[in-house]
Amino acid sequence: MSSSVLKEADRVMTICNACRYCEGFCAVFPAMELRRTFTGADLKYFANLCHNCRGCYYACQYAPPHEFDLNVPKALGELRLATYTEFSWPRTLKGLFQNNGLVAALLAALSVAVVMLLTLLFQGHAAFFGTHTGAGAFYRVVPYAAILLPFTALGVFILVSLWKGVANLWRETGGKPLEWRDLRAHRQAVWDVLRLRYLEGGGDGCNYPDERFSLTRRYFHHAIFYGFMLCLASTTIAFFYDHFLNRAAPYPFWSWPVVLGTVGGLALLAGTGGMLYLKKHMDRAPASPEGFGMDIAFTALLLLTSLTGLLVLVFRETAAMGTLLTVHLGFVLGLFLTMPYGKFIHAVYRYAALVRNALEQQRSRDSQ
Amino acid sequence: MASDIRWTPDLSRVFDVLVVGGGNAALCAAMTAREAGATVLLLESSPREFRGGNSRHTRNLRYLHDSGNRHLTGPYLEEEFMKDLLLVTKGQTNEDLARHTIRESRNVGLWMERHGCRFQPAMRGTLHLARTNAFFLGGGKALMNAYYASAERLGVNILYDATAEDLALRDGLFVSAAFDHRGGRRTARARAVVLASGGYQGNLEWLKESWGPPAENFIIRGTPYDKGRMLRVMLDQGAQPIGDPRQGHAVAIDARAPKFDGGIVTRLDCVPFGIVVNRDAERFYDEGEEFWPKRYAIWGRLVAQQPDQIAYCLIDSKSIDLFMPSVFPPIEAGSIRDLAGRLKLDPAVLEETVRTFNAAVREGPFDPAALDGCRTEGLAPCKSHWARPLDAPPFYAYPLRPGITFTYLSLTVNRRAQVILQDGAPAANVFAAGEIMSGNILGQGYMAGFGMTIGTVFGRIAGKESVRYVVERLKRS
Repeated sequence: MSSSVLKEADRVMTICNACRYCEGFCAVFPAMELRRTFTGADLKYFANLCHNCRGCYYACQYAPPHEFDLNVPKALGELRLATYTEFSWPRTLKGLFQNNGLVAALLAALSVAVVMLLTLLFQGHAAFFGTHTGAGAFYRVVPYAAILLPFTALGVFILVSLWKGVANLWRETGGKPLEWRDLRAHRQAVWDVLRLRYLEGGGDGCNYPDERFSLTRRYFHHAIFYGFMLCLASTTIAFFYDHFLNRAAPYPFWSWPVVLGTVGGLALLAGTGGMLYLKKHMDRAPASPEGFGMDIAFTALLLLTSLTGLLVLVFRETAAMGTLLTVHLGFVLGLFLTMPYGKFIHAVYRYAALVRNALEQQRSRDSQ
Repeated sequence: MASDIRWTPDLSRVFDVLVVGGGNAALCAAMTAREAGATVLLLESSPREFRGGNSRHTRNLRYLHDSGNRHLTGPYLEEEFMKDLLLVTKGQTNEDLARHTIRESRNVGLWMERHGCRFQPAMRGTLHLARTNAFFLGGGKALMNAYYASAERLGVNILYDATAEDLALRDGLFVSAAFDHRGGRRTARARAVVLASGGYQGNLEWLKESWGPPAENFIIRGTPYDKGRMLRVMLDQGAQPIGDPRQGHAVAIDARAPKFDGGIVTRLDCVPFGIVVNRDAERFYDEGEEFWPKRYAIWGRLVAQQPDQIAYCLIDSKSIDLFMPSVFPPIEAGSIRDLAGRLKLDPAVLEETVRTFNAAVREGPFDPAALDGCRTEGLAPCKSHWARPLDAPPFYAYPLRPGITFTYLSLTVNRRAQVILQDGAPAANVFAAGEIMSGNILGQGYMAGFGMTIGTVFGRIAGKESVRYVVERLKRS
């Protein structure tokens, strides 16, 4: 990790700790107040606890052009990105965080191309461009095993990778293994996540995309989060139907997998579309420029995945199904491949930081 | 559109109310006048980035409330409020105006919230004031952002980089103001004017008139834009001054602070836990006289009286964690001699000062939370509390200089916020609010969050009364 990024975060938080006016905005400042000086571990923890609401930037009496040139969201954003590289697993692939936007876009494009070509190659022209209906229609384009095996393998790899990443973060930010088992802290952190507590500001939301307070970003994030969860539920139920009930996809519209997938997909579409719109119009001053490509790539990939998924639903009884299905599977593959090396990682690191925060705030209350 | 910083107003028209200044009092006046239906032009001398005067460095406001609420832990009633004020001002207050301010501040938090202010709940750092003072979420700059947004929404015309330089009065009545806008001289005409342009603590030349050459070494804790021009203009036009021009609120702050706008972070709370020496490496005052919040405001003056207006607070490793962290790291050394070298003080004298102090210490149980029994004996000046020998290296030093927060010299006003002229009669359409008139009420000392109370209360009064004047005048003509 570049020491200048850590040094700037240290300089910024030292000034903040002598001021403390922002302590009502989020969890970072109360966490800072528990310390007098900061270790690298502390700063990396703050960086992942920061939700980038930017309230502290617009409220700051020392923000540029003041000579202290204080920019907390930017300093912590840059450090956060550096921790993604540092904590990633396996480390040999950490280079993927460099130019992450481009990397993710290329991987996604490649995934789509590979899925389409392999399908054409192995299944032939007729299966790819034919019209298929009834149980098992999808599998006549892409065989069941060709979906199940690669995605299961990839899924296992992702889970291991995320777990290792969280373990690295936990250790590198000063956490002990036993502390991770504190259920009270997990309960608090889960609630903070479900509610997106730290994008609420003082009730009026965060300063995004510009100086004005707004809850829009929080709502869009909710749409993405809950949309993603619904899609996950849809896939899990479908897997259960297929495997244990012997009911092969596609399912009728009024079935759990399709209803949940449709609602989730629409929510994802609205959330990611809204997020990209806000991103385009946001004030760039409090943002770290290095993270921009990564954010865009991940959000766009989610948008394309949900869009193609919905298109498969609409056109599944036409000859376009084969093309749409392979494009959709290609985007899902791209999304999976970039999960441990892209913006998605913020979800698990933020959660771990919130657990750490719940732990130390409880401890501080108990000792008073 | 007013939010566009390139916007310039149509100056051929006559505004109902001209507000000079862009801090808390100015915005309270502008919003109040606009809500009463007046056309309002507000001239803020700073660029948009530094708008809000000293209010951008504030954090809370004290107001009268009959019961606790979401951000205040209990009631704060008139008699207690008045008692607190009399205690800090030692009688240097116009009791009638003071009581009026306190009464008018009743539940003003609700009005503030309606104009965009958000308060934070009582937290770790604010508990000692949690009953009496409401803390702005994000501090004073966040409050100013909210007020500017509200004022723009209401249709107040806001002009940045606009420095009022002169006021034209005819027969004691305001006619127009000359101001500089990015190098061009312009004139704004209005039926009434509210002067809310702060004190003169940002004007070193003026400070030197009262304090002499030592003022050169003062650090200004707040905005460089408070030059006191309107105060000077009105005094020259015969307005009645109030408040001692030789007084200012001065605290000892870190000498490495920027000349202007260093704000809260340059504050140092280490004095009660160490010793303070001057340029000659000698002690000069009892560092442990009282709890720090009750004493920190005298240390600005104490340091100002020392040669070169510099002092150094010395502590050892026993005390380094006992006070709020500050923005600059302490100067550190393994011995007193080395520390003297790093501070460019005479090592022999400093060692002698520390040796004498250490020898005079009579240690009792040390307790930073009480007026404890650790004191010196047979030492002049003595240290009354928290006296412990400096003997645990590493040793640390913080350089101190006087930091001016605000000045007391003000324009005399009446309950309607009208400026009183030399003959004792009020100027019918010249109103004042905020620091420019706070000397009427806070003639000495300081009470946390009360400057904002005066600004809010008198800003609202000035806004209301200026519109009342305009309406009555229009009715007559």
